[in-house]
Amino acid sequence: MEVAQQETLTTAAQKQAVEVSGSVALLEALIVEGVETIFGYPGGAIMPIYDALYDYKGKLEHILVRHEQGGIHAAQGYARSSGKVGVVFATSGPGATNLVTGLADAQIDSTPLVCITGQVFAHLLGTDAFQETDVINITTPVTKWNYQVTDANELPEVIAKAFYIAKSGRPGPVLIDITKNAQIQKFQFKGYSPCNHIRSYRPKPIVRQQYIKQAADLINQAKKPFILFGQGVLLGSAEQEFKAFVEKSGIPAAWTILGAGAIATDHPLNVGMLGMHGNYGPNVLTNECDVLIAIGMRFDDRVTGRLDKYARQAKVVHLDIDPAEIDKNVKSTVPVWGDCKETLPLLTQLIEGKTHTDWVKKFNDYTRQEVEQVINAELNPTSGEMTMGEVIKQLNEITKGEAVIVTDVGQHQMVACRYARFNHTRSNVTSGGLGTMGFALPAAIGAKYGAPHKTIVAIIGDGGFQMTLQEMGTIMQSDIDIKIIILNNRFLGMVRQWQELFNERRYSFVDMTSPDFVKLAAAYSIDGKSISDRKDLPGTLQEMLNHKGAYLLEVMVTKENNVFPMVPQGCSVSEIRLK
Amino acid sequence: MSNLNNKENKKVLPAGEDSGGPVKQEFNITVYTENQIGLLNRIAIIFTRRKINIDSLNTSPSEVESIHRFNIVITEWEDVVRKLCRQIEKQVEVLKVYYHTNEDVIWQEMALYKVSTDVIAEKVSVERLLRENGARVVTLRKDYTVFETTGHREETDNLISILQPYGLIEFVRSARVAIIKDSEGFNAKLREFERLEPGEDVVENEFLNKGDKVFTM
Repeated sequence: MEVAQQETLTTAAQKQAVEVSGSVALLEALIVEGVETIFGYPGGAIMPIYDALYDYKGKLEHILVRHEQGGIHAAQGYARSSGKVGVVFATSGPGATNLVTGLADAQIDSTPLVCITGQVFAHLLGTDAFQETDVINITTPVTKWNYQVTDANELPEVIAKAFYIAKSGRPGPVLIDITKNAQIQKFQFKGYSPCNHIRSYRPKPIVRQQYIKQAADLINQAKKPFILFGQGVLLGSAEQEFKAFVEKSGIPAAWTILGAGAIATDHPLNVGMLGMHGNYGPNVLTNECDVLIAIGMRFDDRVTGRLDKYARQAKVVHLDIDPAEIDKNVKSTVPVWGDCKETLPLLTQLIEGKTHTDWVKKFNDYTRQEVEQVINAELNPTSGEMTMGEVIKQLNEITKGEAVIVTDVGQHQMVACRYARFNHTRSNVTSGGLGTMGFALPAAIGAKYGAPHKTIVAIIGDGGFQMTLQEMGTIMQSDIDIKIIILNNRFLGMVRQWQELFNERRYSFVDMTSPDFVKLAAAYSIDGKSISDRKDLPGTLQEMLNHKGAYLLEVMVTKENNVFPMVPQGCSVSEIRLK
Repeated sequence: MSNLNNKENKKVLPAGEDSGGPVKQEFNITVYTENQIGLLNRIAIIFTRRKINIDSLNTSPSEVESIHRFNIVITEWEDVVRKLCRQIEKQVEVLKVYYHTNEDVIWQEMALYKVSTDVIAEKVSVERLLRENGARVVTLRKDYTVFETTGHREETDNLISILQPYGLIEFVRSARVAIIKDSEGFNAKLREFERLEPGEDVVENEFLNKGDKVFTM
């Protein structure tokens, strides 16, 4: 527990109870929890908290967003780039319901959040009062935990539980709904101590040596082992342990979209991305390996393709902190449940150091084919309109893999995740499980607060940008230095691609007319430029990155490009198509 | 608890078989929880989200003060039930989840039947009816009589079909309550839960405990 050097209200209250309002107790709790930044939007039912916040200006930074959805995505971006808990304030009713998309996104992507919503007075609950909505029941399926506070006396303990639950074990979003009377109510505040135990809650299973041993035996006997890693490595802060495991075992490793960056892109054993638009080798060879070692990943259907034709020949070692993930989609031979920060070193100790030269070469052979048939045309076109891939490639050359890349959802997301270089962990922020269009712009805002010294580049499609473009107001007001690249193909590209491939080119409502994005940005005092000529690309990207403050770059890209390779829905990973 | 593992060992599935268990059958799910508002909903949506019907649901106090006990009955494949139990156990306020077939539990349901006193007095040998169906009279009034019987589904159903010809006015059956045959209760377990560093069997999700089955895939 971190306690400020000088006497604070909380430390004073710990010696002798102090009478404060529920709102003040909440803010004191946030300070002890190490919260620095809150993303929020005030309203009637949360006014007492905002009134208290007025006196905490120097201690808690509040970013006024333009829509509560923007607020929660910003908190997600913050959590993802910093590894800390993101905090959101919203009012009751519409304020709270606007959080739902972000909660669902954070729930499926295991992002630690604490959301505070105002609620009508307790005596008005259930009366259809103004701006009353049953936020607890609405958010139950999309939160790890939620709770309604109707008495200020409950607040310190509930907030402590909220932070503990959000960040421990498999992280997730927590929502605390506080009725207005509890915010106003004066009570005897006895200080605040963070929570570290709830009797009904076991954040991580105990590691059992017997399974570690069995897993190590399988790995040592394997001729063609293959590692799949996901966000669990990042969430467990186990990047070093993971790298040591990969390097000692000599096993090729491929990532899920949220696992990108857990090990550097150019590490020789990083063989690429898994799944529907992942790399050729990792998909095909999933069905050739003899032992599959899944680390902190959950075998999402976008990764596995057709499940009954997925890695049937392989023995599966599954490392996960969440027991419910074991055997959920793919049956494991050895379940190594536990925190991978603890299990990986134990496993590394027991495995033999190896180099699987021939097996790794197989991956490289597939890479060569993919480069020839797909990647070259995408990254190095010499004529015609620009491609999304060459924009990412140019960006890599300037940022050298040091930037945090925030992506939205669709074709540009797949292209950016496939081709962007990540030297560091926590530098890929994207909406993976839920696939929330409109995620990137607000998430990039949050990512900047989470990693203030890093360059933040948001890569967004023309469709997704228009879902949350109001957050340019937040960027303007709080002077947030993020670089926005809109890859404009004048289509909802991913849906169009599916319509082309599977619906006989019946382009049903995917043709998108957009405003003049540069003028729009100018209205928010954000500098920008639109380019459509290949020769302008390197210079403009450099100009954008050199620019002080936010910058919007629109790149007109070819209209009907498709993202390949592709595992069509309902097909096995080994049926991946290169065209 | 241990019978869960036994069952695991008995069941021989073909490699990677996903359907779990040979047939859909009734399973009794026992959930030990904290007593908190909203938890019923949190548990119920785990079933409804997957479009699984809850045949019966009962909440009651347990043998341990302040700990609640849910008895849930569903008809499903064992593999599905196991996954559901893991999802339930994952909820913050849930301490422990067990599932059992009907053979592994002692279970009862209670039913009430309202019939016209005139009809029943005139046409039925009430004494025989009560004796043969293990029923008893709860209320006897001029206008109506209420019978009660407790037992398995067939028994409570049986009395419906007997009374139906005599103009059954109202019928209601309670949720199922079930006692686990080989459970030692929750008192000792709870003390473990309250410790910061509890032992293995409390922390671990028992549905994961595959024992020797590990290499049989």
